[in-house]
Amino acid sequence: MATPVRIERPGPPAPRSRGTGAVEPRRGPVARLGRATRTAPGRLRLAGALLAVLTLAFGALTAVQLNARAAAAERVVRSSQPLSQAAADISRSLADADATAATGFLLAGAEPRTVRARYEEDLRYASQLISEAAGRTDSSSSLHELISSLNQQVPVYAGLVETARANNRQGYPLGGAYQRYASEQMRTVLLPTAARLSAAQDEVLADDLADARSTPWAGYALGVVALLALAWVQLTLFRRTNRVFNIGLLAATATVLAAVLWLTVSATGAGSALQRGERDGAAPLRALNAARVDVLTARLAENLHYVSRGSSTAYAKLWSTTTDHLYATDPQRGGPAGTLAQAQALAPADARATVDQALRDYQQWNERHTAATALENQGDYQAALDATVTAEEANAPRTADAAFSAADRQLAHAALLEEGRFRDEALGVDGDLRTAAAGVAALGLAAAAAALGGLGRRLAEYR
Amino acid sequence: MGTTTERGRGRGTALRAARTAAALALLATGALALGAGGPRQGGAAGAPEPLPRVPVAAQQDQQDQDAQSGRADGCDLYRSVPPSTEDGPAVKAIKARRSLVVGIDLNSYRWGARNPNSGRLEGFDIDLARAIGTAIMGDPEKVVFKAVPTADRIKFIKEGRVDIIVRTMSITCERLQEIAFSRPYFTTSQRVLVPRTSPAKSLDEALNGTTACAATGSSALEELKTRPLKQLVPVENNLDCLVLMQLGKVDATMTDDGLAAGQAAQDQTVKVLDGEVRPGVMGVAMLKDSTDLTARVNQVINDYYAKGAWRGAYDTWLKPYLLDDADRHWPTAR
Repeated sequence: MATPVRIERPGPPAPRSRGTGAVEPRRGPVARLGRATRTAPGRLRLAGALLAVLTLAFGALTAVQLNARAAAAERVVRSSQPLSQAAADISRSLADADATAATGFLLAGAEPRTVRARYEEDLRYASQLISEAAGRTDSSSSLHELISSLNQQVPVYAGLVETARANNRQGYPLGGAYQRYASEQMRTVLLPTAARLSAAQDEVLADDLADARSTPWAGYALGVVALLALAWVQLTLFRRTNRVFNIGLLAATATVLAAVLWLTVSATGAGSALQRGERDGAAPLRALNAARVDVLTARLAENLHYVSRGSSTAYAKLWSTTTDHLYATDPQRGGPAGTLAQAQALAPADARATVDQALRDYQQWNERHTAATALENQGDYQAALDATVTAEEANAPRTADAAFSAADRQLAHAALLEEGRFRDEALGVDGDLRTAAAGVAALGLAAAAAALGGLGRRLAEYR
Repeated sequence: MGTTTERGRGRGTALRAARTAAALALLATGALALGAGGPRQGGAAGAPEPLPRVPVAAQQDQQDQDAQSGRADGCDLYRSVPPSTEDGPAVKAIKARRSLVVGIDLNSYRWGARNPNSGRLEGFDIDLARAIGTAIMGDPEKVVFKAVPTADRIKFIKEGRVDIIVRTMSITCERLQEIAFSRPYFTTSQRVLVPRTSPAKSLDEALNGTTACAATGSSALEELKTRPLKQLVPVENNLDCLVLMQLGKVDATMTDDGLAAGQAAQDQTVKVLDGEVRPGVMGVAMLKDSTDLTARVNQVINDYYAKGAWRGAYDTWLKPYLLDDADRHWPTAR
């Protein structure tokens, strides 16, 4: 950086090398550099070398930086986002399995095949995701412990559910106690573990997104330095030779400018695409995933309340705390608060209608739940149960379960839309960045060649 | 104790009389509470709070000199309002609203349980509750059953959410301070269940250095607190103990013999050990002020026994599991 100054200052060779290099005078790179600056061709050669190094370094460093961002963007699309969604799906599948098992329990012998199939599919999907996550996780990482704990607990849970079923079918109230115990294991062991896994994967995703979006400052800085050096050399040449243009140096300048421009466009483009992906995809999806687990927990509380047959008030409490957590009017903020309200507020335009519909279904579910509770408070357990869940197809669409299922379906649909939205934005970002990296590297090379060519012509005049 | 004070006027229908009686009852309760003395030494009831040591005059005027099972440290568990068929203000109010709300259990196998396959309510308590409801309301359709959690029984009565509770509820001195009971309709005691493979031979052995389980708010839990356990596991429902025992998480379960019978009926690999503690009686619970309702319920229970329905229900629901004769469980004034 300081070397162009030396071109202008053809003073004595560096005094340092003379003063201290008593043992080997006039030898070594510093001395040679000193000798070179004393003659005009020497200075030109030095300038050429400097410009070549700067432009090549700019191209190479920028390519490395863009490639690192491309790799991060690729990780986002290929692994961290799918893994984060897989972790969220593990939570949701397990919560769904638990709510569905309780539904099946309430219907006992009349349990329709679809309910059983849904429970089995939930467990199958959760197990599949867990083993996939295990395959992708290093056995030494902290995530591995969470995953293996999930792996051990799922069969234990399934065993408890089967015991509950067997007892229930014999008409033993013990079945209900088993169902509640199984569910407690789910809520106190499995789901918190899955939530920790999910949080860890979300963190990895956030890190990768931040890496992919980070500004390549070093590339910009080196680009500016290369441009300044080119300008300085051209200005000096102009002063010494009175020739206005050196085609080679001009071409090198244009090439570096083009490279900086490309760098700027691709880096900011990737950054804003990923930002849109985060804003319209990943962030709403996180809110939606939280809301979906809450919805399933509320459904579970509703079911377990009937499983406990009035022997406990704990599930009515769980229902009210969960629904408060989902959607409540916050008196301080004036607007609605809760995970579902947040999912609604964050939903991108194309998913908003779906989330709005989910909220309406959820509110209908709440009304039906309240009506069923009123029946139960009048002492009509059977009517309350029938209003909540029934195996009779004619009445099924009017149950709380039907409204819950509708809300759940809408939320699942919205999740697909939002995940698609994220992928649309994030997909291809890594390719763009890689192309830009290759392009900037090539331009750096071209700029170096042009600068050397331009100075070579001046140098030829001294022969 | 309030009921004792009101006893003489229970038949009166004048609202004023009832109010005065209620006020007297409150005063009496207060006085008793103030006069409460030091700790009690063991007994039928498991109230940890200090209770009156000296029985008041009202408690001495009736039968029951046999303190062994009838009395518990100064309160008379057998004491209730004399039976009557007359409708007092409380019964009239219930009739006016055309429904009698009966608190029951839906999880006590053979006592009060909902058959998950038929949806029917079944059990010894359910039969008695139906008999009471039909006798008072004249129409079984006007009886509303409502499930009540073990720990909330007294609260539900006091808040008027149920009129009566027929739900394996032990009469204790502590509870008598808050609510009224009918005459006892079943004698019971606290028993211990262990897996058949357990080395414990007796109740004391099973509760020495072991992990034991009982339902919150039950007499069994109070008893377990006095035992040298390794760990005490309180749960919401007595059946939760059976789950934990089947899973090997607790060594023993304490509950009353009726519920122990229900548990043994659901799992052939557990057994009820010899030995019983805290002998007690079960009664129908209701508000202290509704003395006329208590009198009606007492009449129904007497009739229910007299016509053999009590024995019939016992034979149907409990005999196969309790393995002893009905007479051992019918509380008689001694």
